[in-house]
Amino acid sequence: MNEPETTTVDVNGFPMRVWRKGRGPVIGFLAGYGGLPRWVPFLDRLAQTRSVVVPSLPGFPGGERGHSVLDSHLDWVLAARTLIDKAGLAGADLVGSSVGGSFAAEVAAIWPEKVKRLALIAPFGLYDAKDPATDPWAQRPDDIPGLMTADPDVYRRLKEIPSGANSIEWPIEQSRAAEASARIFWPLGNTRLERRLPLISAPTLILWGERDRLMPRSYAAAVARAISGRAETSIIAGAGHLAELDKPDEVAAAIVGFMV
Amino acid sequence: MKFLWFHLMPYKELPDDFRQKHPSVWVDIHSSLFDPQRAHRMYNEFFDELEYAALCGFDAICCNEHHSNGYGLMPSPNLVASALARRTTDTAICVLGNSLALYNPPTRVAEEFAMIDCISGGRLIAGFPVGTPMDTTYAYGVNPSQLRERYHEAHDLVLRAWTEKETFAFNGRFNQQRYVNIWPRPIQQPHPPIWIPGAGSVETWRWAAEMDYVFCYLSYYGYKMAQNVMRGFWEEMARLGKDRNPYRAGFAQVVGVAESRQQALDLYTEPAEYFYGRCLHVDVRFAGPPGYVTEATQRAGIESQVKIAAQGTAPSAPSTNAASAQKMQSLARDMQGIVDNGYVIVGSPDEVVEQLRELATTLNIGQLMLMMQFGNMATDLAKYNTRLFAEKVMPKLRSLHTEWENRWWPQPMDRRQRATLPAFIPAAAAE
Repeated sequence: MNEPETTTVDVNGFPMRVWRKGRGPVIGFLAGYGGLPRWVPFLDRLAQTRSVVVPSLPGFPGGERGHSVLDSHLDWVLAARTLIDKAGLAGADLVGSSVGGSFAAEVAAIWPEKVKRLALIAPFGLYDAKDPATDPWAQRPDDIPGLMTADPDVYRRLKEIPSGANSIEWPIEQSRAAEASARIFWPLGNTRLERRLPLISAPTLILWGERDRLMPRSYAAAVARAISGRAETSIIAGAGHLAELDKPDEVAAAIVGFMV
Repeated sequence: MKFLWFHLMPYKELPDDFRQKHPSVWVDIHSSLFDPQRAHRMYNEFFDELEYAALCGFDAICCNEHHSNGYGLMPSPNLVASALARRTTDTAICVLGNSLALYNPPTRVAEEFAMIDCISGGRLIAGFPVGTPMDTTYAYGVNPSQLRERYHEAHDLVLRAWTEKETFAFNGRFNQQRYVNIWPRPIQQPHPPIWIPGAGSVETWRWAAEMDYVFCYLSYYGYKMAQNVMRGFWEEMARLGKDRNPYRAGFAQVVGVAESRQQALDLYTEPAEYFYGRCLHVDVRFAGPPGYVTEATQRAGIESQVKIAAQGTAPSAPSTNAASAQKMQSLARDMQGIVDNGYVIVGSPDEVVEQLRELATTLNIGQLMLMMQFGNMATDLAKYNTRLFAEKVMPKLRSLHTEWENRWWPQPMDRRQRATLPAFIPAAAAE
């Protein structure tokens, strides 16, 4: 597994990390809750047939303190748009998971020309009082991994400090990611995304972990109903909220199969 | 030395098995535990106790703000303060305080504090806490990543609303108001003294020093556990070139005084165990909303843990950076531990004098806040505690720190110019 190429692009004066790897048609990925403190197998699966581009959202690992200047949801959506443009993803296929899924959907809705085909993995942004999402910000620390992935060790390994990393800055970077997600979605995770979903005209694949304990499965149907373009839904067996971490092969295969 | 009598207004009838059956006293405490008719009696006893403390000669009576909280029945401390303003004459009224980011618009705080200052004839101490995670982010839903920015902006707005003479427009990051012009306006000029309750955050200390405000460490864990925090505070003052005027700092201490130590233990064990056992039972799920603790404070906390690990020494107090709910989970809850750890000072008047003298000199505290009704303490006992303290303890500590000027105390109107309060004694009138 060779390393991705790493560059940065400027968003509001903060350098955002952009990873690139693989050959073929370009596909972008916006990561989920907790961000990507390290490269993950799912991205390698995509990179086997596609040129994968992974920009960091502000405040998430690789996104420095870029969240600190974003006060409104419009600020966040514009930051996502700037990232897509500067990472060279305008007009390409786009995948977003969880927190990142919310912004992939926003960009596809508001600037349809920027997204060719869309894949959303259990996106944030919706709230149904009859079937509420779990509160990720009121959890005992030990309960977080099991909320994010069906196999808690998968999320633990994602967040584990690598040997040689700064033992003070690494944990702060991880708590910053949780803060960034809270800054966007506190307190209910509800950004009224359902109002923009009908503007999505790109063909869309909706993916949901069969064992997602964070985002209710009923939201998958709500998303599929709301968007105007062709929509397909795929439930990933044995996967939790961040399905691409639990089941990298299955999720990557579903996306690559949909975007041919 | 100033003596301030501080009420938390706890709900006094949480069940014996509260800790076993209920996850938290705060945020999601169950409504079935609250009996409004019992609360009617509690509130009125609490007002009696505060008024009694004023009568006994305490320099100030204090209230504070909590939400969805079984040990703090004051979501609006200003309601309490305004009632107290009408039933007391010379005692300062210390509201510790209004959590600025919870008021929309924040000029509400400028208005209500100005009202209390006018009603009381200039006796208000204006406290501005950021507020706990439980109150602000969970119960009130404020975004933890914006809480401090909103707090500081609201502070600037309140200060301008108090001091600017002309109507002005406020163009803030979170608050925009075209016409800011509060009526009424405070008696105390340029504004009532401002006190900042907080914990061990260097940023808060620096800011309080820069603004020349009082910093209050409202710990429930007593003066022995507070040594590190207050040492850090005074070292920071020295670095900033500030003097060691003890009136820059306030500290809250739970105290139970009686004729003898044994009698004090007999009287105060039940309310103390109720307070530390039931009142401070907070679910750790509500301990640390992301962003509530700044990165600088997180960094300092991790660095000190690394240092402690390297030295192989145990910390003498819960980490000052640990979230309050986490701290609460690691507490002693039996009277032996409560007393041995110094959470509560109990004893005969002379024993309490000695411990408070040690508190006031080692922590260098001029504004001493005393929690003398705690837990499910009966109102008669609260009054006994208060009176004995006022008669036998206060006089012996009065002269401490008198070499310093207390520049942070209310400046009320001349007594002769203040309104006379009519007698209000319905019980006597009925006879």
